[in-house]
Order: sequence, then structure tokens, then C-alpha cells
Amino acid sequence: MPPLARRNLFHDKIRLMVTLNGIVFAVVLIVVQLGLFFGFTTSTKGVLDHSQADLWITARNTPYVDVAVSFNERKYYQVLATPGVAAAQKYIVRWSQWKGQDGHTESVEVVGVDPDKAMGLPWNIVEGDVSQLKQPHAVMVDEIYKQKLGVHKVGEWFEVRDYRVKVVGFTRGIRAFTTAPYVFTTFKNAQDLCMFDVDKTNFVLVKAAPGADLKKLQAELQRRLPDNDIYTTREFAQKTSNYWMFTTGAGISVLMGAALGLVVGLVVVTQTIYATTLDHIREFGTLKAMGAPNSFVYRVIITQAAIAAVMGYSLALVVTFFVTHGGSSAGAPIMVTWRLLVAMFFVTVGMCITAGLVSIKKVMGLDPAMVFRG
Amino acid sequence: MEHEIAISVSGVTKTYSEGSSATTALNGVDLAVRRGELTMMMGPSGSGKTTLLSIMGCILRPTSGTVQVSGRDVTTLNERQMPAIRLRHMGFIFQGFNLFPTLTAGENVELSLQLKGTSGADGNKEARRLMELVGLGEKYDQYPRNLSGGQQQRVAVARAVAGSPEVILADEPTAALDSHSGRSVLELLQSLAHGQQRAVVVVTHDNRILDFADRMVRMEDGMITQS
Repeated sequence: MPPLARRNLFHDKIRLMVTLNGIVFAVVLIVVQLGLFFGFTTSTKGVLDHSQADLWITARNTPYVDVAVSFNERKYYQVLATPGVAAAQKYIVRWSQWKGQDGHTESVEVVGVDPDKAMGLPWNIVEGDVSQLKQPHAVMVDEIYKQKLGVHKVGEWFEVRDYRVKVVGFTRGIRAFTTAPYVFTTFKNAQDLCMFDVDKTNFVLVKAAPGADLKKLQAELQRRLPDNDIYTTREFAQKTSNYWMFTTGAGISVLMGAALGLVVGLVVVTQTIYATTLDHIREFGTLKAMGAPNSFVYRVIITQAAIAAVMGYSLALVVTFFVTHGGSSAGAPIMVTWRLLVAMFFVTVGMCITAGLVSIKKVMGLDPAMVFRG
Repeated sequence: MEHEIAISVSGVTKTYSEGSSATTALNGVDLAVRRGELTMMMGPSGSGKTTLLSIMGCILRPTSGTVQVSGRDVTTLNERQMPAIRLRHMGFIFQGFNLFPTLTAGENVELSLQLKGTSGADGNKEARRLMELVGLGEKYDQYPRNLSGGQQQRVAVARAVAGSPEVILADEPTAALDSHSGRSVLELLQSLAHGQQRAVVVVTHDNRILDFADRMVRMEDGMITQS
């Protein structure tokens, strides 16, 4: 069977390049924009998603994890005494000021954890060990912020709000949504670095006992701590994410960028595939004059579009890899997951076939008598 | 010997309307073309030749009158049925050849066979036979751009006869060819009419090929003036 669709596509190499360029541009644009959106969304709630906690106890009306009012640590003991609680720990997230060895300052977010417990610890540690946080003045930062913080290697000393701190390890990929990097340290250190009173915390993380009903436990804790809010980790992560992404406008602009990417991509692909079909309009007219059924013509155009989609998508994957790699190195949190890539494959095929359908309308409107007009 | 009628048109009128004005391209045309005959239609530009060819080929619908193909009235068929009539009963040859440039000469013929239900090894074998028939067996794998105009029109003839339609309709098939190539194509069409009992209708301005005609139809102002 003559492979008309494939030949139409491959016959003119320059046209093929133009077609594929259009698709690659569209796919990369959409993936990068969506990757930025997911990257930003994820970075807003990284410490929550990786906390291993079931419940978060905050001061009343805490809008998001980065801004929480402190409360008395007596609440921590009340939590521990609540049936259904397997473990609890005090936890601090608070802005502070980092001072580099050259005297430059940077805003940071100090995260105070208990290295002996399982909740709220730094993750993806690539140098050092969480137990080393127990050393006096020890902190851990992410390697992507080395330059920003002026850190070169483990063992170097810096200052956080006039307290000396020593870098004992590095994590990888723990981004903050804001420009302030996370600095992990012990709870006690964090109290000093963030000027907390010794009996204050701003979160209590809770691990429910095995088999405990989380909703019931949440309600019971709420009953015992009427001046606090009790969230499941998922609820608080969502609240934090919503705050940054939709209340500040930062997320809206990223989301609009992603939506715009989708629209621009769709337009580019539609025009590209449409132009490819129009290049062969006379041949489609001949097919119609010969008596080819519409289904045959549909099949040729759709097959052309589908082949272009698969090829364009494959090339776009390569380009996306370099773009996201470059973007990440430059500090842009482009999060491209396999789910996004799988979804994008179907979006690409869908876009190309939709574009094919638009051009089919043009072909179906052809007067077969055009073949007699020279 | 009286030949079987392949296509007959009776009282056919075709009017093109544009806004409030109307142009009559055909005005009460009656014509029957027979199998085994090569019919040539001549006339000045705008006389209605190509319009009549399009109506006989079930590409255009007449404004009034009837068209019969192999005894079946096709005037009442809907838009979905018309292409099937073309596919089954007609083979077309165009002035500009209209070969698919992305397919080889042989594949152009195979495509026509595929549309008519013969594909795979059978289609390939039949396409090769038809390419041999038009004297281009060795050009099977050549792309149209690598063939001369005469060779391309021969491929178009092979494509038109694929699937053995009763009627071959050719619109100015020699217009883009030199004298030698034009005569060679007409010899081929004549052999299809005489040797295979097909009805061949050729619209032409080319006086050099009139001696191939079994029958001449002259048109003027949308009417047949000589038949």
C-alpha cells in the first residue's frame, strides 16, 4: 500500500523541518511553562510534603507555613497526652538573616528540627549526615544556594542573626519558593537564630498511632487546643500552596504563562499542520476527483498529523531536557515529571490531530472540479 | 457495429449563479458516449467542454437534465454516492497529469488500485502490469519529477485504467506535451477504446490529434453544434 501520509511528510525535507520546528517549539514552551508552574507549586510546600507528619498544629489563623505565630510549648505536651498520637515534635520555620564571610547578608528561612526524630528532617542529603546537626551551631543548606550564601564546603562558619553557625552538610533540590533559602538546624538552635523565647514553638508536628482515625484525632486535638488550628499535612500544604500561588499573584502569573504556552503552542501547531496539508491540497483534490472516499482522505491527513506529532514530541523531549537542565542550573524550578511528559505526549498528538481536523475541513470543502482548472 | 452506451446525458443544463447574475455553461445538451469509441470534444474556450466532461464524470451536478452511467440515473445520487460512482466507473486523465509527487510512478498506480479495493501483493502485481501496458515497466520506481511530460501522462493513463473502469475521461491530455508524446498518448487511449472496449472521451484544442477520433463532438456557447 503506498504510504501517502508518510511520503507527504518526508518528501520535502525543508517543510518537514519547519513542521517539526513548530511542534518542538510548542511542546517545549508548554512543558517548560507547566514545569515552572509545578516547580513553583511544589517549592511552596516542600517542607510540608517531606515532613512525614500526619498533622500540623499551628497558631490560630496561620495563613501558610512560612509565616506562623509562635505559641507556648505547653501545647506540645498536651498533644503528646492525646490518645492516638504516636509521636509529636516541636518545629520552627521562621525568616532570619544570613551573613556571609564577606559580610553580605541574605534572607533565609531557618527550619528547626529534632534530629533524633523522624519528622521534619532535611531530605536528599548529599553531603554530611542528619545526626551531624546535633553538633553545636550546626546547619545544613542546599547546594543550589551555595553561591548565594557564599558557602563553598562543609566546615565553613557563617552568622545567622549574630549567632555563629557551621555548615555540616548539603542537601540537593530543596528549593524555597521565595528567594530565601532554607537553613536546617536543631530546634534549639532555631530558637536562638529566630529570636524565639525558650518556651515557644511555631508548629507541632504529629504522627498518628497506627490504625488511628486521622479525622477523629484531628477533631480531638482541635477540641483540646481551641486556640490553635489543626491541619492534616495535605490540608496545610494546600493552604500554603494556594497562598503563594493564588493570593500573591506570583502563581497566577506562572499559571497564565502555562495557559498562554498551551494556547500559543496550539496555534503554532495548528498553523504548521494546516500549512503542511495545504501544501498537498491539489493532491487531495485529485484524490477526491478520482472518487476517494472521505474516510481515506481523513486517514491520510490524520496519519500525517500523528506521525508529525510523535516525531516532534520526541525531538522536543531532547530540547526540553537541555532547557530544564539549563533552567535548573540557573535557579528556575522547572519540574518535569514523567506524568507531565506522558500527559504532554497525548496533548501533542491531540493538538496535531485537532490541527489536522481543521485542515480536513478545508480539504472537504474542495471542489473536485478544481482538477480540471489547469 | 452498435456499441453499448457507457454515459448518456439528456437535456443537461448547467448554470453558475453569482449574486444576481447567472452564466449558462451548458444549455440543453444531449450526448451518448459508447464503449469502444474514442470521442473527442472540441470547441473554443468557454464553450462548455470541461463542464460537460465534469458532469459526465459525476464531478459536477447538472442544474437540470439527466445523466446515466451504465444505464443508471446518477442525477439523483447524494454527495456520498457520487464518489463511489467515479471510483467504480471512471478513470480520469488531467492536463497537468496530477500525479502524486511524493509517490513513485508505480505507487501512483497502486494508490488508484488501492482505492478500488486491490492492495498488497495483488495491487503491486497489477500496477506493474499496467505500467508495462503503457510502456513504462522500467520506470516503476521513478518519481514523477524524474519522468518526461509524455512519460508522466502515460503513468496517468495507467492510473486511469487501474481497476478497469468503463469510461476514461481526459481533459486536454496533450496540451502540455510535444507532438510526438501527444500522439503516443493518443495511440494509447485509442488502443484502450478499441482493444479494451472502453469509452474514451477526450476534451482537446489540439488539431494534431483529431485523426485519432472515432467521433467528433463540437461545442459552442454551451451547446453541441456537431456530433
